[in-house]
Amino acid sequence: MNTSMKPLIELKNITKTFDDQQILKGVSLNIYEKEFLTLLGPSGCGKTTTLRIIAGFDEADDGDLLFDGIEISKLPPYKREVNTVFQKYALFPHLNVFDNIAFGLNIKKTEKSVVQQEVEKMLRLVGLSGFENRDVTSLSGGQQQRVAIARALINKPKVLLLDEPLGALDAKLRKEMQFELKKIQQEVGITFIYVTHDQEEALSMSDTVVVMNDGYIQQIGSPTDVYNEPENRFVAQFIGESNIIEGKMIRDCLVFFDDFEFECVDKGFKDNEEIDVVLRPEDIDIVEPQCAKLQGVVSSIVFKGVHYEILVETKYRNYLIHTTDYHEVGRAVGLTFGPEDIHVMWKSF
Amino acid sequence: MKYFKNLVKPYVVWSFVIILVPIFMIFLYSITNSGNSLINIQFTLDNFAKFADPLYVGVFVKSLELGVITVGVCLVLGYVMAYLISKCKERTQGFLILLVTIPMWINMIIRIYAWKSIFEPLGLMYTDFAVMVGQICEFLPFMIIPIHTSLSKMDKSLVEASYDLGANPVQTFFKITFKLSIPGVLNGIIMVFLLSISTFMIPRILGGGDYMLVGNLIENQFISVGDWNFGSAVSLVLAVIMLFSIRWMKKIDKADN
Repeated sequence: MNTSMKPLIELKNITKTFDDQQILKGVSLNIYEKEFLTLLGPSGCGKTTTLRIIAGFDEADDGDLLFDGIEISKLPPYKREVNTVFQKYALFPHLNVFDNIAFGLNIKKTEKSVVQQEVEKMLRLVGLSGFENRDVTSLSGGQQQRVAIARALINKPKVLLLDEPLGALDAKLRKEMQFELKKIQQEVGITFIYVTHDQEEALSMSDTVVVMNDGYIQQIGSPTDVYNEPENRFVAQFIGESNIIEGKMIRDCLVFFDDFEFECVDKGFKDNEEIDVVLRPEDIDIVEPQCAKLQGVVSSIVFKGVHYEILVETKYRNYLIHTTDYHEVGRAVGLTFGPEDIHVMWKSF
Repeated sequence: MKYFKNLVKPYVVWSFVIILVPIFMIFLYSITNSGNSLINIQFTLDNFAKFADPLYVGVFVKSLELGVITVGVCLVLGYVMAYLISKCKERTQGFLILLVTIPMWINMIIRIYAWKSIFEPLGLMYTDFAVMVGQICEFLPFMIIPIHTSLSKMDKSLVEASYDLGANPVQTFFKITFKLSIPGVLNGIIMVFLLSISTFMIPRILGGGDYMLVGNLIENQFISVGDWNFGSAVSLVLAVIMLFSIRWMKKIDKADN
């Protein structure tokens, strides 16, 4: 994202406590126009609370919330230019599909013919043309989801907030809806703030991923950034699988772990600083023992469909490796990886 | 499931004996004129013809009037209370609902006599007002509980969704909260209405011996006058009125959805 742009929403040091439990411990975040931003983290990390504060359902204890440069912390939700797609859709059971979608416009006393037109447009956008008179409770999960999106988007919000919207759908439908949400976002050209605990969902849809844990933001970056260059142990473990190894930075571009020195591409650490090294399982190659510094024995192999998941026991630890080649248990092997496969992180806390 | 089906059988027999048979007896009494004797039965519609008497028509009208007023006042008071209770924390809600039901643990006659001792020094005994207050207090819980049930089981995110879509709290209340609580409201209305048009203890004690509602009329026919046939006819007419009012309510419910 172009950071020289003025942010649309600014969160400045937001804190929030529920029943003596501090859920947000100082969250600062800039959200830009037309950005697809995902708040990613395990349950209880504060991502939904952050979303609810932006929507106006909860009020922050402290900190500023700016929308287009204006402080909106005290503005009730019905006066904010954001709309929400709720986790369980929250469709009004006493209204049909048409009246659900038209709700926002009817509140604004929009002319009937305009409402009719807009609702039809929205139904086309979400692929539900012809469903106007259906009872919302008779729709499938995926269809209810689409109605919820249409009901929010018809108000032409500047920002659409989505709270784990695909959580209740089955795996196949999730994939479809991920693709479709991204398409809708590009079509309407507004900011989406998306909350999920599913890292795969976050990586495949977002422009920006905000990884949260324990009330703090752990890392903000593009999907490739947070995957390839996790800033700390939590991010590395939460996003994808990884081998995390304690080591020491000898000097720029040279790291020491498991008795050996390895070339790497990381700079900017102090000489001899204690650090953590991340090695993604798919970046490690299994070779003949004499061709590698690290040597070990295959201790287990599990077939995962596309690849095998292999554990190799070495002197200090077990390495997790993803490979398409089969290696039988008990075989002595060597492990290699290139300098660019090694990612060095600050030691966390 | 088959085992459980058999468990229903005693209930079916029991309801037949204690519900259907008595109703049939009342029906039989209402279309005969042979008093308590079942030996020489004579069929007649005279019992229903008696209703032409303005005295009896007046009793029905007065009962319905009082029922409607009681329902109206209970609805307003009950809705407000149920709404406020449903806004509390879950634990507080349980406690408040308990408070609402506590009076029902005490015998109804004792509660009515309690009102008597309040009204007497104020000179309010034997008035429409006394009967009405007695009825409202007696039946209010039956309005609060069904409304509270429908409000408390309502998904809170619907209210948030309504705010989110630009509706202010007043709009949200009328377009979402109230609409979704209508089944509870209708149940409350039916319950209070049925109770209030068939009551006889409250008008007898708080309204005095001359105060005549349908319930008292039926009681008199059976106990004082001894005209079981006319008493049965009155009961039957009352039952039909109740049946139609329930049907009518259900229709409103359907039309609204």
